[in-house]
Order: sequence, then structure tokens, then C-alpha cells
Amino acid sequence: MGSDSEKEVIEKKPEDSKPTEDKVTAKPTPDDKPTTAKPTPAEKTPPAKKPSQEEPELPAFEKGIADKIIDKFADKTTVSFVKPDRVGIKVNRDSIHDVAEFARDVLNYDHVDSVAGVDYPADNEIEVVYHLSSYTDPTLGRQILELATRTQREDDPNPGKDATRLPSLRDIFYSVEFHEREVFEMLGVYFEGHPDNRRLLLPEDWADLPPLRKDFRNKGR
Amino acid sequence: MTTPTLPPGLSIQKVDERIMTLNIGPQHPGSGHMRIIVQIDGDYIVACDPDPGYVHRGEEKMAEYRNYVLNIPHLERPVIHDSCNILYPYVLGVEELLGLEITERAKYIRVIAAELNRCVYIMYWLAIYGIFLGHSTMFMWPTGDRELLIDLLEKMTGARVTHSYFIPGGIRNDLPANFEEVCLRQVNYFEKRIKEYADVFYDNPILISRTEKTGILTRENAIRLGTTGSVLRASGIDYDVRKKEPYDVYDELDFETCVLKSGDSYARSKIPWLDMFQSCRIIRDALQKMPKSGSVRIKLKPNPRGKLGSVYKRVESGRGALGCYIVSDKKPEPYRLKLSVPSFRNLIALPHLLIGEKLGNMPSVYWSLNYWPVEADR
Repeated sequence: MGSDSEKEVIEKKPEDSKPTEDKVTAKPTPDDKPTTAKPTPAEKTPPAKKPSQEEPELPAFEKGIADKIIDKFADKTTVSFVKPDRVGIKVNRDSIHDVAEFARDVLNYDHVDSVAGVDYPADNEIEVVYHLSSYTDPTLGRQILELATRTQREDDPNPGKDATRLPSLRDIFYSVEFHEREVFEMLGVYFEGHPDNRRLLLPEDWADLPPLRKDFRNKGR
Repeated sequence: MTTPTLPPGLSIQKVDERIMTLNIGPQHPGSGHMRIIVQIDGDYIVACDPDPGYVHRGEEKMAEYRNYVLNIPHLERPVIHDSCNILYPYVLGVEELLGLEITERAKYIRVIAAELNRCVYIMYWLAIYGIFLGHSTMFMWPTGDRELLIDLLEKMTGARVTHSYFIPGGIRNDLPANFEEVCLRQVNYFEKRIKEYADVFYDNPILISRTEKTGILTRENAIRLGTTGSVLRASGIDYDVRKKEPYDVYDELDFETCVLKSGDSYARSKIPWLDMFQSCRIIRDALQKMPKSGSVRIKLKPNPRGKLGSVYKRVESGRGALGCYIVSDKKPEPYRLKLSVPSFRNLIALPHLLIGEKLGNMPSVYWSLNYWPVEADR
């Protein structure tokens, strides 16, 4: 409901809204008004064209990484995107361990930058996204490999005891230890094989839903 | 004795005769807002369990309720001393989602603000590191010299610490008149001042005897644990996001990455100090190469909506690589925002370094990790 009414406001008066813009993006100094007002249309058009120009020819090096994974795990993985310096692979829940092992042993990724859990109640799934990076291989200095896998989501969660679970990557990438503990407490994804499945940031007596699930509402919102 | 029923999260532990469990924090000034549970056998630490979360504020959850612009002031709260750098990956990510290409002048000003902020953060950390090693001069000097840069940032942004300066589309406001001159003068003086820290602190035999060969993190372990920033570079790995994956104009600027090989507390405490000289070099270079006039900001529509998809951006902050993962579902608010903060990534090294150390070395090892508890908790 809220988002629909906002949409109408935006579509109705794209030009009239200039005074309100100032409120949204903090108060500018008076002298940058004439300079910033002009470039808006000119600046905004080229980036809109850019993706369509780049899409036909994917960056070669990144595509090579994606192809290596797809060749090895043809029916278990799909490429979600190939961008400059970024490769995104969607992996089946059962083969995430094998793909991670392949990424470490063959592709030379050696640590995890970040592990993020994303809740998708509409699909009844929770996604866990690993961002792998490499210190040892200089050719991978710019690269981030994104491995995403999904697991079943329970409406009435009982973290650690329900079907929301994934194999832990801790035996492959030691650096996921604290990240996986955080995903466990924040989204209720239990990592099988993790040696230390305790809470990390939340209080020990937290008895509510895992807070980063979409059905947990912030108080007063 | 029957075991009583306990509320969730609580457990009963048997008390050992020999091993003593010690809670350091979460309100102990020596640990920041964080609890470290250490078990000691006499004077030696035999087990260590860091317990962050005392100041967990749910920044990531809060971000899901606010639009891309309103997220700016609260996302810098985890590290107010380094507020430009913690916003940097977020702003870069939002720009990619909205398809904005910012102006050259805005890029240079961002780099200058980020480098000034890095120095401000390092000075604050250095002050704390000094006082917890019992060196009160090292608390006073950086706290005083930090004011120079805070004044500069106040001139630039209007706020002393929480700047909210970077916005999607550039920066909030242009530099004040005469800024280049004042900045150059202050940065030159600042560099002269921090050179003197070698005499009083880094070449001080007492500091060296307390930190050298304590808490050694080998090269292999630094990689395996996924540490970042000064901890990683003190262990001999040449990895700096500004060099490896240059963002904005870092590829056009002249600087070097500081690397030391010994991996002990001394090397870890020295790397941030060496970084500050490089920051001064970057600022001087940027002031010279910066376009002297032009627009610094692209105006956004109210409630801008990102394209469908996700983006992962990272920058080098005062503590190490700081990543921001944004998932957008075409709404004005991010669907999910994840900050992968360097303090949280370096925390895993703490148990490895402390086990086998003397309890008295705990402050020097802990603070040498360049750890900021509030940032790790988010």
C-alpha cells in the first residue's frame, strides 16, 4: 500500500518535486544549485545505455571462471551474473561443499570476505551468499566469486532443530567460522559440521524469531 | 544433585581447581564494548572466547526500512571516527544500482575526505593503544594532533565526526573557498608531527620489549583466517583494496602499500602509523590533480529505486577491507544490506593469538588487531 502511493507521487510530478529533493538529500549549500541542476539529464543518460552496450561481450577473464565451474558442475550450478570483477554462481544446496572445494583447490580462492543470509519468504527459501576472494593469486586480486545457495524456510522456526540447514564450509574456508555463526543466529540457518554453533551477537536469552527474517518487525515500525 | 531447569542460553559450568575463567568486559575500558572470556592457567592464557554483541544495534535490519538516502546517517554510526570510509562501499554500491556516474571533482574530494578520515581513525586508535600500554604521552599526542584533521573535515563537511558527507551521486557540498591551501598546510604539519612519534613510541625500547615477538600471526594463518587490513599486511601479504581493486581515482594517485613481515604485535601496531604517511602523500597528490572547479553532485529523484539485482562493493578502510552487499528489489529501500566489516573479520584471529600468551600481554595483542567493537557488532 505504502509503496504504491509513493510510486504515484513520483510518476505524477517528476519536475515539481525539486524543492522536496533538497530535503531528501540533506541541505545543499546555495552555490551548488545552479551547477548541479544542469548536469542531471546529461549525466543520467549515458549510464542507462552502458549496460546494453556491455552485455553482448562479457568480460573474458570473469567468463572463464564461470565456465570452469559450469563445466565441472553442469547440472548443479547456474550463472546468475558475470560483471567486471564479479562472478555470481547459484549452487544447489547439496553441492555447495563440492563447489567451494573446487573454488579453493582449482580456482585458488583462499578466504571468505563475507557471508550474507537473505530471507525470501515469498519463495519459502533462505539464501546464503558467500563472497570468496584471494590473497595468494595475484590474477584474482580484483575478483570476487559469489556463491549463492538456498535452503528451505520454515514459517515457525526452531533454529538448529528444523529443516533450515546447510552444510558448513568451515572445513574448506576456516574464515567462515564467525560469519556462519552470525547467519545462524540472524536467520536461523543451521550449519551442519560447524564445530561451534553458538550465538555470537545476540543475547544468550533471545527467544524471538531470528531478527533478520522478514517477518520479524522492528518495534515501532 | 538434580540439575535445575535453566532459562534458554544459560548453562552450568564446573569450576576447575587449576584453570580460572576470567571475564574481561563488556564494560571494561581495556576491551571496549566487548567481552573476552579467557581461561588462565597461572599467568598463561589457555583458552579464549571473544563474545561480541554488547553494542549490537541491528544496523542491517534498520537499513531495510529506510530509503537509500536516509540510510546514510545511521550506517556511519558503527565507526564514527571513520565515517567516510564506512559509507564509501555503500555509496559506491547504490551508485551502481542507480546507474550513476559521478563527476571527476567529486571523486577527488571523496578520496581526500576518506584519507583524512583514515588518519583521524588511526590517531584515535593509536591514542587508545598508547594508553593501554601505559604510555600516556602517546594518548595525549595523537588526541591533540587529531584535532588538526578534524578541523579540516569540519570545514569540508560541517560536522566534526559524523560527517554524512558521501551521498549517492557525489558528495553533499563542495569544498569551502581557500580549502586547498589550508589542507596542504595542515597535512604537511601533521606529517611532521607523526614523524616524531617514532622517537617517543615506535623506537621506544619499552614498547618494543612488550610487543615484539608477542602474538605472532604467520603468513599462512593470516590467509587462512581471512584477516584483512593492517593485520594482514603486518604478516607479509601485500593486499590493499586501494591498489588491487582501485575505486574512484585511487588508480591515478601515487602511493605505496605498507607491508611488514614479522606478524607480531609490534608490526601490527606500526602498519597503521606507516599508512598515515601514505595518506598524506595521497592527499597532497589529490589536491594537485583535482579539477579546480565543476559540479560535485548529481541530484537524485526523491525515493530513488535501484535496479533488480545485487551488488558487492569494497573499499580499504582504516582497519581493512570493508565490503557492502546490497540486494535490491526495485523498491526505494534495500531488500537486504550486509556490511562485511574488517573488525568482525579480524576478530577470528584473537583466540589464535592469545592462546599461549601471558595475560599481561592481552591488551597489547588485542589492541594491535586494530579492532573496533562497535563496528564488529554493527
